[in-house]
Amino acid sequence: MAEEVKTPAPPPPPQPQPAKTGPSGGPEGEKKPTAAETPPAAAASGAPAKPAAPAKPAAPAKPAGPVPVPWTSPLVEKYRSQYGSGVDAQTYLGQNYLTVDRSLIPDILRLLRDEEQFDYCVDITAVHYPKREKQFDVVWILYSFPRNERVRVKTQIADGASIASSVSIWATANWLEREVYDMFGIQFDGHPDLKRILLPDGWKGFPLRKDYGILQQDKEWVQINLGIESGQ
Amino acid sequence: MSDRTNDVSDRSLSHLDLEPREKPYLDSNELIINMGPQHPATHGVLRVILKLDGEKVLGTECVIGYLHRGVEKIAENRTYTMFNPYVDRMDYCAAVSNGLGYCEAVEKLMNVEAPARAKYIRVILTELNRIASHQLWLGTHALDIGAMTPLFYTFRDREEILKIFERYCGARLTTHAFRIGGCQYETYAGFEKDVKNFLAFFAPKIDEYEALLTTNRIWLERTRNVGVISGADCIALGVTGPVLRASGVKWDLRKAQPYAAYSEFDFEIPIGTNGDTYDRYLVRMQEMRQSMRIIEQAVDGIPEGPIMGKVPKVIKPPVGEIYHSIEAPKGELGYFIVSDGSTQPYRLRVRPPSFVNLQALDLMVRGLLVADVIAVIGTIDIVLGEVDR
Repeated sequence: MAEEVKTPAPPPPPQPQPAKTGPSGGPEGEKKPTAAETPPAAAASGAPAKPAAPAKPAAPAKPAGPVPVPWTSPLVEKYRSQYGSGVDAQTYLGQNYLTVDRSLIPDILRLLRDEEQFDYCVDITAVHYPKREKQFDVVWILYSFPRNERVRVKTQIADGASIASSVSIWATANWLEREVYDMFGIQFDGHPDLKRILLPDGWKGFPLRKDYGILQQDKEWVQINLGIESGQ
Repeated sequence: MSDRTNDVSDRSLSHLDLEPREKPYLDSNELIINMGPQHPATHGVLRVILKLDGEKVLGTECVIGYLHRGVEKIAENRTYTMFNPYVDRMDYCAAVSNGLGYCEAVEKLMNVEAPARAKYIRVILTELNRIASHQLWLGTHALDIGAMTPLFYTFRDREEILKIFERYCGARLTTHAFRIGGCQYETYAGFEKDVKNFLAFFAPKIDEYEALLTTNRIWLERTRNVGVISGADCIALGVTGPVLRASGVKWDLRKAQPYAAYSEFDFEIPIGTNGDTYDRYLVRMQEMRQSMRIIEQAVDGIPEGPIMGKVPKVIKPPVGEIYHSIEAPKGELGYFIVSDGSTQPYRLRVRPPSFVNLQALDLMVRGLLVADVIAVIGTIDIVLGEVDR
């Protein structure tokens, strides 16, 4: 990113302008100095406010690179007082996420559905950080129909550790968790039928781990089942 | 080749209760049969294992992954720009929508926005693609059920949309129409006229489709009260798109969380009441009409100006993560991107609507007949390229 190289210089305002050739370009300009902080807070408190929209005014902060800011809302306050330091809440580019302890996982997801109306589990996925002690981030992306709001819940787990399944909370978690297991080898406790979903049953290895090369394959499986030397 | 793992008996079909019985199948008509993966009505390589009692479906199990290409792994090994054409190969019936979702997600991660003109061009092409996708769905769905004529009608008319795509960007299906930051191509001379001609041409064609099917008695018998799913079940199963709306939930990301230029257009969200195959048919027919409304407004109001935003030649988003989703023809299509500040995504997750919607198949077909399974697979509108990625 050309502008990003000049990091030390605080936002030279004229350059990022093209980002807001949108119809409401005018008023956004004035918000520049505080833009990064204000919109997320507004999104959190006003129920129907869209988390997506407030991201745009933050555009002028681009040269310095946006940073996650603490997310404050009644929801966060409640969980903070209940679980203490096990819950951390942040906002990045207008999107809210909670980072929680692994031990809180089934409880906090259930509370989000039952008390905060996050009735739709959009996606469950994971990210692998091989250099970290707890190698995996497991991510739940939730949406609430009544509030028209999204939130992400993240937790860290170590390789070989398991995590509570959320199939009993959202039925859709069934296939999504199977895919996470298939690609990362993360075990979900209490999943009704945890087995591979996209790869064949007998496949060895978990392709979306960082130590699995892009050309790597389960040669033995390929030779036995496809009758060819290599899948490449 | 006897040790292939594809036999029905090899799989742990725990929830289908496939344990051998003392008197296997002598006193009942229960049997397990395989549908697909090579089957003309599964819209690709979908394999469904059916547990039947005579003609009645007791349970199903989907076996997917035959088309798995490891799109998410590929993304980690390509630059943001290089990965752009790959997304077209997921839902290849709606490549433009895939591209829109991806480009907008990366733009959001970089905190830039496409210029207004680019957004309008994006809306026009995406809505044209929604119509094309629904046409393909209608033709094949009706063909599965036994009505052959709609297939010829819809393919004849879809051709006109593909011609516009071809004139715009040179490709008909895997269009790669958009770039991160805007559009690569300015509209060609006569683009607006072509689009308007198409609208005028297509309006009576929808009526033609409806004349063939909407009050057709065979169609009604085959689709009404078939594959019923309630709104609550849809939400629990994460089902989105026309299937969710046909069950009475008025939710469309274009309205709920507008992206591109959708907040500037006037259109309705059609919904159904019964959540059956017939309602899903009606909802999609209405959606085509609404898409035409959006295209009409967009063509009339298309602003002048640049088509590319100020994005650097080398796409290098700052460290961070973003989830962005759009209303693809089949439902919510989301991209979750984690950037480590390099030119390649650290992790790119695609939230495919077809994959999640397909999970509802089991619930929708239990208790129905085998022939209805075909109707329900058609009505969910899956594309296996997107299910398997």
